Amino acid sequence: MAEPLLRLEGVHTHIGHYHILHGVDLTVPEGELTMLLGRNGAGKTTTLRTIMNLWKASQGRITFGGNDITQTPTYELAKSGMAYVPEDMGVFHLLSVRENMELAARSGPIDPDRLEWVVGLFPALKKFWTKEAGTLSGGQKQMLSIARALIEPRKLMLVDEPTKGLAPAIINELVGAFQQLKETHTTVLLVEQNFNFAQALGDSVAVMDDGVVVHTGAMADLAADEALQTRLLGLSLDSHQ
Amino acid sequence: MSSAENTAAAAAGEPGLAQRLGERRGAALALALGALVFIIGMIVPLFGARWVNDVIAVIAAGFAVHGALSLYDVQQRAPQWYLLSLVVVTGFLAIAYHSGLSPTDAGGLAFSLGDALSSGAGSWTQMTINGLAMGLLIFIMASGMTLTFGLMGVLNLGHSAFITIGAYVLMTFLVSDWGRGLSGAESVVANVGLLALVVLVALVIAGVVGLLFERLIVKPVYDNHLKQILVTVGGGIIITQLIIAISGPNEVQLNQPATLSGSFIVGPVVVETFRLVAVAVGAAIFWGMLRVINRTKVGILIRAGVQSTEMVEAMGYRIKMLFIAVFMAGSALAAVGGVFWGLYDTLIHPEIGGLRLFQIIIVIIIGGLGSITGCFFGALLLGLLSNYVGFVAPEVAEFSSIALMVAVLMWRPQGLIPVIRM
Repeated sequence: MAEPLLRLEGVHTHIGHYHILHGVDLTVPEGELTMLLGRNGAGKTTTLRTIMNLWKASQGRITFGGNDITQTPTYELAKSGMAYVPEDMGVFHLLSVRENMELAARSGPIDPDRLEWVVGLFPALKKFWTKEAGTLSGGQKQMLSIARALIEPRKLMLVDEPTKGLAPAIINELVGAFQQLKETHTTVLLVEQNFNFAQALGDSVAVMDDGVVVHTGAMADLAADEALQTRLLGLSLDSHQ
Repeated sequence: MSSAENTAAAAAGEPGLAQRLGERRGAALALALGALVFIIGMIVPLFGARWVNDVIAVIAAGFAVHGALSLYDVQQRAPQWYLLSLVVVTGFLAIAYHSGLSPTDAGGLAFSLGDALSSGAGSWTQMTINGLAMGLLIFIMASGMTLTFGLMGVLNLGHSAFITIGAYVLMTFLVSDWGRGLSGAESVVANVGLLALVVLVALVIAGVVGLLFERLIVKPVYDNHLKQILVTVGGGIIITQLIIAISGPNEVQLNQPATLSGSFIVGPVVVETFRLVAVAVGAAIFWGMLRVINRTKVGILIRAGVQSTEMVEAMGYRIKMLFIAVFMAGSALAAVGGVFWGLYDTLIHPEIGGLRLFQIIIVIIIGGLGSITGCFFGALLLGLLSNYVGFVAPEVAEFSSIALMVAVLMWRPQGLIPVIRM
């Protein structure tokens, strides 16, 4: 297994009076795609938002490339090479597709070669380049959201349930795009409930339940062990297969 | 479209052909009925009291104009243009009708089409210029507040104090000896140069005070609207009291710079020079703001931030710096508005900003909180309606802005051009 790029050690998160994460330990190896699985309410989204410091960790330590980032402001994390694709896609509805992409290219004008590669992954975006993002379909918004994260080279991508609510044909397109992304050895931490999607893409996996990580290992091992799948993921797994 | 297609369209939430035809018939009927009543009122004024005929004519004209606009679905496609057209055309018909009515020797009322067209058209043109000037000045003062609310979620009721700052910077210059000299000189260069200097100083002072206001007063109460209302009102009072302590509590009458004052006559219309200046300045500021908002990366950031501050931060932008910059710019714009409102009103007093706050709030509510274009249209509507109503029925002119707000909110509770927050 490669060296971890991201490491969470005993991370707790409170949202108001609610104690959501109860000591998360997680490592994300560099250059791999790590799947974060678990039932609804297990704490997957909270884990991503805590890494991005959108919700503060009340206890524990998060390191990125060996540096402690537990208290680092969100904008600094983004500048240091993290990209975040939230569950609701975070697309700016009143901005055009072009403006959404321009904003994502934080360090300057969009690199034409990079843009060509991104548009190659999601050809639909070119067609809607000057349209308001709010007029796109759910799948197209998801593509835009991921394309924004890819428009500049990133060290780590945090992606929250990209297949949620999408048609199977669109999910297949996303699988293709992530497979091409994997060839660039970009490190990805991807939250997912669709086990087929996770199985097709994941190198390693972590499973969460009730605010803690209850299993880590290779994705292939989990995919091969149905009993383990049932024990860790239960009915939520069956419903997605 | 077949009945099956109609059913499918209805299921998709789109109006079917039958519904559209029904709407067209309704619109045509409104146009015909309104026009008929209006024309009858022209031929035979139905009532003895002039104001009763006026009210009926306004309602009939409004009904007819609404019908004409509805035939082309204007209110659905572009609500701001619908409302502006409704106000402007109905305003013309109402003013023309009012001007055409005159008492007869027999004690009744008669309508003269000649008077309506000559005197009415002149009065309408004058009221339109006045309304545009007033509306655009209110837009300058309101734009900063709507941006601050849209981007930062901060309801700054101390905004009016920055208008007062601008007005007092103007007064300080115009009452000084050398300022009076430049202002009184019959030289466009001297007058405009003085005004440019006043605007620059007002921008700097209001920007710096805005920075302190944001850091000391607003920053501790982000995300708490109730506390924002209390502390920003308090902050506004402190600024106003400081102004009184420095400049005194008395009213000061100003003279407009020589080449920007006075008036000229075009046909039947008397045009005040300064109102044209106000229209030009307001339009230029609106154009500039649109350029910045739509064509620059800062503008894209502001528009994105209005929708989701969290996502802007997650993309690597320091949203707090943007908050501070927008707050300073909003405060500075309010001061520029104060400079021009001071020249427009020519009477400077400590409540000059506070008295405008009511109209500013109405304008940003009508336009849709956070929308610059909405604020622009809201301000034009308020300015034009106040002037038209002020001409026909001065006693209800003040009430017209409240009526406008109530009507818009009943029709579109989120305002004319709402900005969606994710």
